[in-house]
Amino acid sequence: MLLDTSPPVSADTPIGITLTINGQRRELQVAPWTTLLDLLRERLDLTGTKKGCDHGQCGACTVLVNGTRVNACLTLAVMKDGAEITTVEGLASLGERKGSNALHPIQEAFIEHDAFQCGYCTPGQLCSAVGMMGEGHAHSRDEIREAMSGNICRCGAYTNIVDAIEDVMQHGAAR
Amino acid sequence: MNRFDYVRAGTVAEAVGAFGDGARFIAGGTNLIDLMKYEVEKPGRLIDITRLPLQGIEEHEGGLRLGALATNAKVAYDARVAERYPLLRNAILAGASAQLRNAATTGGNLLQRTRCYYFYDAGTPCNKREPGSGCPAIGGVNRIHAIFGASDQCIATHPSDMCIALAALEATVRVSGPDGERAIPFAEFHRLPGNAPEKDTTLKPGEIVVSVDLPERGFARNYTYLKLRDRLSYAFALVSVAAGLELDGDTITTARLALGGVAHKPWRNQEAEALLVGQPATRETFAKAADLIVAEAKPQSENGFKVELARRAIVRGLEQAAAGTPQSLSDKRIQ
Repeated sequence: MLLDTSPPVSADTPIGITLTINGQRRELQVAPWTTLLDLLRERLDLTGTKKGCDHGQCGACTVLVNGTRVNACLTLAVMKDGAEITTVEGLASLGERKGSNALHPIQEAFIEHDAFQCGYCTPGQLCSAVGMMGEGHAHSRDEIREAMSGNICRCGAYTNIVDAIEDVMQHGAAR
Repeated sequence: MNRFDYVRAGTVAEAVGAFGDGARFIAGGTNLIDLMKYEVEKPGRLIDITRLPLQGIEEHEGGLRLGALATNAKVAYDARVAERYPLLRNAILAGASAQLRNAATTGGNLLQRTRCYYFYDAGTPCNKREPGSGCPAIGGVNRIHAIFGASDQCIATHPSDMCIALAALEATVRVSGPDGERAIPFAEFHRLPGNAPEKDTTLKPGEIVVSVDLPERGFARNYTYLKLRDRLSYAFALVSVAAGLELDGDTITTARLALGGVAHKPWRNQEAEALLVGQPATRETFAKAADLIVAEAKPQSENGFKVELARRAIVRGLEQAAAGTPQSLSDKRIQ
């Protein structure tokens, strides 16, 4: 059935949606042109997710929507009504030691392997890595590199990023 | 981004009924939202079709029916696609990034717009964006542009990898619109620019893609998708080759070849495919087909390199297909 908007929502009327963000249910009124990225950063103060290119080319805005990694900059919030969103702020609660203050194993591995320098791309790299491991299609270093190619790191920490991901894939956590 | 009305449809009929002047259907949004940010697209209404029941991949007449809303990732990692249509799988995985493939849909992939720099820059003329305004790519910066089938109004290329495989597989696009359903052979779905470069496809206003149907023949033994680009991942093709062969011993019995990155639509040359049939699967045979195809090339001021690149890619792609050694997706060395 059509959303209860007939005649359709006029351009100035916000639309009510429900999102579960990092485990917390939120009832929100959003303008239809609000991207998920802008909603997270500008409205909800979840500024861990970064705006890099804002065009789906850099991956800094990567978040998990229903467990799947996507570019939040190319996602309209209104289209994700009912979805579960996980941002970098919520990654720790996905880890094995859920509920404690412990980091997610991939976050620990990034620290252990020096997998960042300036850190701007890191939230996207982390969410992308968690999404990639959930997909389960990458097994070798070459496959990790290919599967992570949607996340650009201008500091060039790629080698250590692959090390960190490989470590978690092999050992479940950084040694 | 401009302001727009938002409508969420639950059925194909609702979606088609909500269409009107200035409306756009939106599914994955990976291309449309990007174009809206550049103000290349300024829809007055977005019709959200993501909740239509078109997500599935089903057996259909010996082949597979890919629902228009099946994501690129879902199709690529479907076990039946991997086994029976590895050419399609490889082409999809050669394109975009994992994040984009998780969002982008089968129908949307067919409808993505060119990545011509001028089309994307609303500050420049472009016959595709504003009919009649001119084409600065002709004589301008055009190393990524077409060498086949261009017109004096538009030299843009079609950007999809998936569609190059679908052209080689001779898929059928099933659409639904105000006048009901119809099926469009893949070769007739995209069009050459001619005098109407604003039209990428033969879809009529208000029509929506509902499925892409794959025929039984999948070339699962002898195929390749060879993509050549400026960087080894996450870049559009300068030239790509989708090749599928059937062999009886060393003799070619069926040949399909489609090129990406070189024209306004997936580029096929049936004369060249016919030339391959009945011939031994050798480098000499492949070179004859490649020569026939590139003889038609009309390069622009900066993309003459694509002619030789295409010739070599065709030969190498056919060699990979014949040998049963498709181009690896992770090890980028070209064997």
